Amino acid sequence: MKLFSRFKPQGGVHPDGRKDLSADRPIRVLPMPERLFVSLQQHVGAPASPVVVVGEKVLKGQLIAASQGNISAPVHAPTSGHVAAIGDYLAPHPSGLPAPTITIEPDGEDCWAALDVPIDPYALEPEEIAKRVAAAGIVGLGGAAFPSAVKLNISRKTNVQTLIINGGECEPYLTCDDRIMRERAAAIVSGIRLIQRAVGCTEALVGIEDNKPEAIAAMREAAKGTDVKVMPVPAMYPMGWDKQMTRALVGKEVPAGGRSSDIGVLVHNVATAYAVHEAVALGRPLISRLVTVSGEAVKIACNLEVPLGTPAQALFDYCGGYAGVPARLVMGGPMMGHEMPNPYIPVVKGTSGVLALTHKEIGQPVPSPCIRCSTCVRACPVGLLPLEMAAHIRVGDLNTSVDFGLKDCIACGSCSYVCPAHIPLVHYFNFAKGELAAKERAKLKQEGTKKLAEARNERMEKIARAREEASRQRAAKKAAQEAAKKAAADAAAAAAPQQEATA
Amino acid sequence: MFVAVASLTTLGLILGLLLGVAARRLAVEGNPLIEEIQAILPGSQCGQCGFPGCAGAAQALVAGEAPVTLCPPGGRDVVAALALKLGIEVDLSGIKDSGPQIAEVKEELCIGCTRCFKVCPTDAILGASKHIHSVFREACTACGKCVEACPTEAIAMRPVPVTLQSWYWDKPEERLAA
Repeated sequence: MKLFSRFKPQGGVHPDGRKDLSADRPIRVLPMPERLFVSLQQHVGAPASPVVVVGEKVLKGQLIAASQGNISAPVHAPTSGHVAAIGDYLAPHPSGLPAPTITIEPDGEDCWAALDVPIDPYALEPEEIAKRVAAAGIVGLGGAAFPSAVKLNISRKTNVQTLIINGGECEPYLTCDDRIMRERAAAIVSGIRLIQRAVGCTEALVGIEDNKPEAIAAMREAAKGTDVKVMPVPAMYPMGWDKQMTRALVGKEVPAGGRSSDIGVLVHNVATAYAVHEAVALGRPLISRLVTVSGEAVKIACNLEVPLGTPAQALFDYCGGYAGVPARLVMGGPMMGHEMPNPYIPVVKGTSGVLALTHKEIGQPVPSPCIRCSTCVRACPVGLLPLEMAAHIRVGDLNTSVDFGLKDCIACGSCSYVCPAHIPLVHYFNFAKGELAAKERAKLKQEGTKKLAEARNERMEKIARAREEASRQRAAKKAAQEAAKKAAADAAAAAAPQQEATA
Repeated sequence: MFVAVASLTTLGLILGLLLGVAARRLAVEGNPLIEEIQAILPGSQCGQCGFPGCAGAAQALVAGEAPVTLCPPGGRDVVAALALKLGIEVDLSGIKDSGPQIAEVKEELCIGCTRCFKVCPTDAILGASKHIHSVFREACTACGKCVEACPTEAIAMRPVPVTLQSWYWDKPEERLAA
């Protein structure tokens, strides 16, 4: 515990955990829903591209959409059945815009495709492990949904020394990581050893918030005899932010704008480690995940193992339906998750929870003017000045807000949570980040079109020059021909009198 | 007295000479500001400003003969950048900005005459004679030349469609408690 006496978490808040609603019920498996809406954009990066056609029979775990480009992830059939449709469907995104989706009608047999199970997974080459992780479509299951194999490959190349397994789960309500650590600790430790081998790092630390004593005990038990170290960290929000976790466990800070690998650290979520074990040791691609169903407006809050593509409504139904009318449906945690416009949004790889919240839980106070109390400054885990950034964004001065560190904001919501004036600070930051990204895109486009315009002008000039040249040549040729003709005529005319004379 | 006059005269002569040499050696051809301004403009030479291409517009801007709001395809961002560069204050709220737009070919009206892609300054239209033409979204600057060229009114400008990748949050409404 000596380490933690030195660690002082920067900023952060202590929201009411509400984890007791679902933490003590064992994981249950959700019965197969009638239809699965498997999104092709479940990860950061390019959407996967379908490799099946409508009407085709698919088996559980069969590849249905292949990854496209460097940062992407493939998608597999969560159960056996047939492809009912390929097209746009509701996406788990705050915009409510649709995403390309493969709809699967399960046949009820849940029949696995042939699985490629290695004899000794721990003897596989590091590249082979990363390849299998990529082929299984594993992405960061903590919510970021960044393709895991990309991280493994970068870390192997940059000689990462420390693997941090993030069991922070600092978001209120969510308990899926807690439950997976309590019930499936051995598989998580196996996954950690596989990731260690894939990256070639010696040290593996599991950081778990100290409000999950059962999970800590289970993980310690499972980690016995391995070099995996389980370390409790103080419970606070956002402890599960990878950089905060890194600071807590190794005492190093990731530079602004940098990656964890810059300081020799790789961070993965516990559920990702579990998925790596499933994929590499058992050959099973990522086709289901643990989802916390919670909130006061749910009858029985619990954790479910859910096939990807299940509409959120099926989860609420299984949990006994709503207790009263929910005021808001949220996908993810209450701090960083987003509102679901309707309950038919499908579960994706990054869905850690679906919440049905009552009016009492959400509270929608009307914002009042900023009194510059600086409570948000103390709450910011990154050390920014949310009040200054928001003030500049409010009047449209985005560049100054960038000077204040807008790009380092992780949108954790701590500032909005503590603001006594109820100013939607994170909303301002999300807007500004989007606006700046749009400007950046427009600038790139302008540069591209400028090059196109220049290329076209050059081409037009070349064509005009070529034409001129051709017409000049034609004229010269014609002149030469005429000259030749004239010369011939002259010669003939000159010859004629001579002939006459000789005659 | 003599020393003062002599030293000042020498000083003046030397400095004058230096200035003269500098003016010759460090002479700048043309106005560099014109090039900088041209870099800000979209460069698609669409001519909507009434000047012959972006170079002409840049010259007019530097000469103060044109307002910074002259470029319709550039929108508000270009106005802001021009005003910053030229040190002019503008009220951006009055400027009409229809947001990013692109041209779209209505396929049922296109007769494949190829007139639009012959005028497109950025080669953003694909097609061949008697085949339906199509617009590359990434290359279209919304200059509107193709709209004028189309004999069947098959091309129209429309806002760039919002996708999952390009969507972002609206600015929070300011509804403060009294």
